[in-house]
Formats: sequence, C-alpha cells, structure tokens
Amino acid sequence: MNPPPFSEAADSFASNNLPRRKKLATLWQIVFQVSTIIGIIALSALLYNIINQSFGYVAIENKIDPQSLAVDGVPIEQLGKEELVLILEENVSKGKLRQLGREKPFEERSQEEMYGLVIDEVVEPQIVKTWLLSESLIQRDQIQAEMAEEYPQAELVFRSWVNKNFISSPQSSKPLFAGIRTAILGSLWTIAITILFAFPLAVGAAIYLEEYARDNWFNRLIQTNINNLAGVPSIIYGMLGLAMFVRLLEPLTSGSVFGLVDPTTANGRTILSAGLTLMLLVLPLVIINAQEAIRAVPNSLRQASLGIGATKWQTIWAHVLPNSVSGILTGTILAISRAIGETAPLVVVGASTFITFDPSSPFSKFTTLPIQIYQWTARPQDEFRNIAGAAILVLLFLLLSLNAGAILLRNRFGR
Amino acid sequence: MNFPFSQAVNTGITPNSENTEVYAMETNRLNVYYGDFLAVKDINLKIQRQRITAIIGPSGCGKSTVLRAFNRMNELVPSARATGQVLFHGKNIYDADVDPVQVRKRVGMVFQKPNPFPKSIYENIAWGAKINGFKGGKGDLDDLVESALIGAALWDEVNDKLDQSGLSLSGGQQQRLCIARTISIKPDIILMDEPCSALDPIATLKIEQLMAILSYEYTIIIVTHNMQQAARVSDFTAFFSMDEDRAGTLMEFGETSKIFTNPTQKTTEDYITGRFG
Repeated sequence: MNPPPFSEAADSFASNNLPRRKKLATLWQIVFQVSTIIGIIALSALLYNIINQSFGYVAIENKIDPQSLAVDGVPIEQLGKEELVLILEENVSKGKLRQLGREKPFEERSQEEMYGLVIDEVVEPQIVKTWLLSESLIQRDQIQAEMAEEYPQAELVFRSWVNKNFISSPQSSKPLFAGIRTAILGSLWTIAITILFAFPLAVGAAIYLEEYARDNWFNRLIQTNINNLAGVPSIIYGMLGLAMFVRLLEPLTSGSVFGLVDPTTANGRTILSAGLTLMLLVLPLVIINAQEAIRAVPNSLRQASLGIGATKWQTIWAHVLPNSVSGILTGTILAISRAIGETAPLVVVGASTFITFDPSSPFSKFTTLPIQIYQWTARPQDEFRNIAGAAILVLLFLLLSLNAGAILLRNRFGR
Repeated sequence: MNFPFSQAVNTGITPNSENTEVYAMETNRLNVYYGDFLAVKDINLKIQRQRITAIIGPSGCGKSTVLRAFNRMNELVPSARATGQVLFHGKNIYDADVDPVQVRKRVGMVFQKPNPFPKSIYENIAWGAKINGFKGGKGDLDDLVESALIGAALWDEVNDKLDQSGLSLSGGQQQRLCIARTISIKPDIILMDEPCSALDPIATLKIEQLMAILSYEYTIIIVTHNMQQAARVSDFTAFFSMDEDRAGTLMEFGETSKIFTNPTQKTTEDYITGRFG
C-alpha cells in the first residue's frame, strides 16, 4: 500500500470545518460582548437617573421677602441675636414660639442658629417647582418662560442637591433644609459595630471549620447550614434581630445593664441592635470567604511548619493567617458593602424614621442612609426625590471610600 | 564514599553525643491504616545512628507512609492511625503521654517539594528557633542562622541576601534552605521524603554531598524513587513491596552494598535490576 499522496493529507487539514468554527467563535464573542454592554448600559442608566435628580433648576418662593425684614437697612444675616428673636416673636404664633423654646431655649442658641430659625419660620422659602438636570440643560428658555408665567414671585436657582448643608444638617421635614448628617453617622456607627463583631467571629469560625473540625456529620451539617444561610433574605435576619436583640436582649442593647438611663426611649432599637443584626447577615458570607482563603494556603506550608515542631496554633498564627489575610479581607469588604446598603432588616429592627440628633453611643436611636433614602423616595413631593437622589450619591461615595480604605489595608497586610 | 567537599565538616553544631544507643529508631510490628485500609503491615526496622538509611520500592508500597510514621506526620491525615511501636530513645512515640510536637522537634523532616516559608531567608531559619524557645540575643540568633546555613552548604550563596524571600532562591537552594531550617532546631534524625525528585541533576548532586556530610552528626532516613541515588548515598537500604492485599511490607533490609549486589529475595533483585516497579 502506498501512502496517500500529500495533497490528500493536506485536504484533510484544510477541512471545511474551519469557517464554521470561526463563525461560531465570533458568535460567542458577540454574545459575551453584548452581555457586558447590557451591564454597562444598566449601570449608566442608574447613574444618569441619580445624577439627573441630584442637580437642576428649582423655583424658590419666599413667604416674606427677607429684604423686608431688614432693620434700619441692615440685612437680617448681619443682625444680632436679640433683634432676630424680636423678628421671630413678631412673625410667629405663640404656640410655635413655645414649641421652639421647649426644643432649646432661645438664650442658649447662637446667632447662627437664630438666623436659621428666622429663615425657617419667618421667611419660609419654599420650592414650588423643580426641574431635572437634563431639562435644566436643554430646555433653559422654556423653564424661564414657564417661571415668568406661573411663578412670577419665585426665584429661579440652579441647585446642587448635594451640598455642604445637605451633608452637615440633620433631618428636616422641609426638603430645602433636610440633611443627612444623622444618617451618615448612623450608617458609620452601625457598620463599625458590624465589623467589630463579625470579623473576629467569622475568622474564628473559619479557622475552626478549616483547621480543626473533623469531617463528621455534625460539622458537615454546620457547613451546609452556613452555606444556606448566605442566601436567606435579609428581612428574615431583621426579624431574628428584632426578636433577639431588640426584645430578648433589650437590657443589653439599650445599655441599661451598664447603668445607662436612656432618655430617648430607644427600648433596644439601638445602633447596637442594628449592628448585631447586620453582623448576623454578613457572618455566613465572611465565614465562607475566609474559609476559601484559608483553604487556598498550600498544605506544604502547614507541613513545613509542623515538621519543625510548631504547634497547630503557631502554624495557624504565623503561616496560615498571614497567607490568607488578603483573601479574608476581600471577603469582608464584599460583605460589608452589602451590609452598608441594607434597608429591610433595619426597618424591622426599628430604625427611626425621623431623628434630628446625632447618635452618640451604641445605645442611641439611629437612622441610616438607606433608610433615609427609602423614606424620602416614599414621599409624594417631587423635592424629596431630589434629595433622595443626592443621598444615593453620598451613599455611593461612602461605599467607594470604605472599599478603597479596605483595599489599601489589604494591600498593606497582604504583602 | 569519598566526597571532595571539605568545607563543611565543622558546622558549628555539636553532635548529639549524649545519645549512646546504636539504633536511632526502631519499629516493632508497625502497622499504619488509612481508615480501614491497611497501608503498611508489620514493619520491623532498626535504623542505625549517624548512618543514612534509604527506603526504596515501587510506587504505592507505603515508603512515605512509613517515613511519616517516624515523626507522627501521618496524623495530619484525619483517618490515619498507627499500631505497633516506634521506639525513639527507648520510648514508643505513639504512647499516650507523648506529645507529637516534641517528637517532630527531635525528628525533623525535609519534603518532596521544597517548601520554604514565604518569608526572608533569615526568618525561615530564625522562626523555627523562636518557636522552639530560643532564648538569646539578636547576635546569638544571627550565629544560629549562619551555622545552620553553613551546615546546609548554602551560606556562601546567600550570605549577602538574607533578607530576600526564601522563594526567590532556585529549587535546589530552596531545598537546602529547608534542610538548614531542619538542622537549625538540632534534631536527632532527619527524614527526607524524596528530597531530590523536583531537582535537576546538579542540585541533586549537591544535596547528596550534603547528606554525606550531615550523616556525621545526624541519622538520615531517605525515601527515594531513584535506585542509583539510594546506592550512591545510603549505608543501609530497606526494600518495600506490596503484598497481595496492596499493603506495603518490608521485603528486605540490610547494608546497601549487600542489597544491591547480592539480594536474598527474588523481588528485590527484580526491582533493582529494573524488571518491575
């Protein structure tokens, strides 16, 4: 038998499969590209929506022109405290005055605070209409025409809803003065409590499960449960937190076992309860990630350490943990990012919907940014949607900076 | 055996001269199980002090299992257990009152794949001393690191880069670093589990030369796949094989020259002449 001539063999290399396979490869590539593009579009739409809400023209109408309140030609922002009190007494009802006095006596208020009160209670600027950023940019003439026609008294201002006052003011029922200071502080306190409790507990559990636990039915049961808990809806954790931390451990979470008398009647609906509830929520995630990280440490390293007479704990402390810390921190970052955006469990645990004072300890009442955003988006007035958008921007910024901090930390420890 | 290698006989490490027994380790009817599976059966070995004993045999015959039974490293496998006796200084290391951590301090181990810690070369050696209760100043620790590196014939190559990562060294250097780490805690016995199988011939030669020198002070037990290596370096050879239940058994044990030239068992002869394995 002669071998087949070369041309025949060459024919079999150049099979007619090749164009088909190339076509298939291109098809798959397009599928993957399209899915990435869809993701990018969704994300851009979200950002567009938020930014659109957060900036734009507003029409502000004052009940009383501030210039008419000027005393002897001195504008009100330069007036002394006593004169401001006088203006307030002239223009505000007795009942309202008494109420304001009860909140904080006028004698104790500074000139700045009094000025704020006068603006709030006497001048009473009100937003009569808001426009989105896109409208403000494109339809400027139409807006001005509409202004002249419908709100001749009002002033047209381009407003960034994210501004210094918005960050530094406490909550208010008027969107123009509402701020998110209490919510930011509440979020930071809560997340600090969550990290404080979740991190050591989760790392401890992961070390036990990976390094100590024997492979028996009991430990497999624990492992299966942890894996499943990671997928439980967060509201369920909220209910657990309500039953356990708010009700059952009320003396502890309200601080009364430490001799604290709580004037705000938080009754266990405190930052501590919220932080512990979020801890329950993130524990499974952090444990699973820490386990993965610990499992990724090569066994040869453990053997090397044990082989020169190190104890198990010395091995874990000097070799396993340092070599897994970057993975553990990555998992923690992911979990904390989830926790900081959680709303449902905190609603159940009893986040306050309206507080104007800052949290001062783990036993304070609290609200958080997502709760605040949720509250505002539920209101019917347009302006609240604007401040909700602004609050979302702040939340995203907070999230990004926390993550950046954690990544810096990881890079430092990971090397 | 004569090696042109005069540098390192004085390693600065004193021989363990308080030890006067002839045998560094004896096993007595040693069985090792993984779960219900009997991996090695009825091993009786007497390891001579300050000699190199090679363990050879086909794959899966339990060479490494026996080696790991000598410092209780098998216990890292949850299902493993051993019965019988492994006598070390006259004491069975499997007795209930024996701490495996203490055993491993006296019976060091070098692994198949070089596994230095991902730390500096200095720390690789100093860490072992620290956890073994080393009390002394920085200068003493420096001396200890230096003598261990000299003992492992690595000092000349790394003395100017002690703060570099142990992983930056070549494979052969890494393995010698692991040997330095082991001798820094001054064990009586060094177990070597195929220490050269991941190395090139030149690195292998260096390790073999080093073993010959170390055997002046230490008892070395080496598992190897390489029969030439066993013939070159060892004083005694144990040949393991599998019986019909796939359990590893000791077929023949004796002086290396005798095992390789005049084996008493047919299977030994078949194996070393390359007819199976």
